[in-house]
Amino acid sequence: MTVRVQESDFDVGAELDRLTRDNKRIGGLAVFVGLVRELHVREGYHRDRIDALTLEHYPGMTEAALEEIEAEARRRWPLEATLIVHRYGRMEPGDRIVLVAVGSPHREAAFEACEFLVDWLKTKAPFWKLEDTPKGEKWVGAHAEDDQAAARWEKK
Amino acid sequence: MKIRYFAWMKRTVGVAEEEVVPPAEVTTVGELVAWLRQKSGGHAEALAEGAAFGAAVDKRTVPFDAKLAGAHEVAFFPPFTGG
Repeated sequence: MTVRVQESDFDVGAELDRLTRDNKRIGGLAVFVGLVRELHVREGYHRDRIDALTLEHYPGMTEAALEEIEAEARRRWPLEATLIVHRYGRMEPGDRIVLVAVGSPHREAAFEACEFLVDWLKTKAPFWKLEDTPKGEKWVGAHAEDDQAAARWEKK
Repeated sequence: MKIRYFAWMKRTVGVAEEEVVPPAEVTTVGELVAWLRQKSGGHAEALAEGAAFGAAVDKRTVPFDAKLAGAHEVAFFPPFTGG
């Protein structure tokens, strides 16, 4: 029920505690935390080390897109609690980028909806990653695997 | 209307946003793209035919045949890479 886009880091434990504290109907909470990876595989084999990642986004549209994705998850699964926190700005390897948490009476819905939210936010929310590497700056390209992961949730 | 560019498109065009007044015959997002291409070499490169980019009208993703009628803000951006 909550979507936040912020520059600052978040405290996973505190976020989850706040999300579930007053809702005793939640039996399962599925959580995804995305982190900045130090090594990026390119063209399937070559690896580049990154020094930092800068996330740009489209203020206003980002929040609206995340809220739409969240609403779609709630239409598809019986959810008691949802939380999406996505950061923007400069981050270094090991830093947290995104938190997605989904609470439901049962674990199946929580797991599925969490995966759905992550897949869709990667392809439907306006964020762009700029990598700072020893060879210079590089915009991250879209991955076909991400499109495929998102497409499997499209209604037939 | 206000035009906004994001990520590498912003750097290629050279500005993050600009105010434009397209002629009356520009009625769709696709026609706007063709018209903007003529503004500069950077515009032509960023908005080149076949380049992978998407568009939003008033902060909602739209296809290129979407009408511009009443649009306040049109944005162009590369595929999203968040998460």
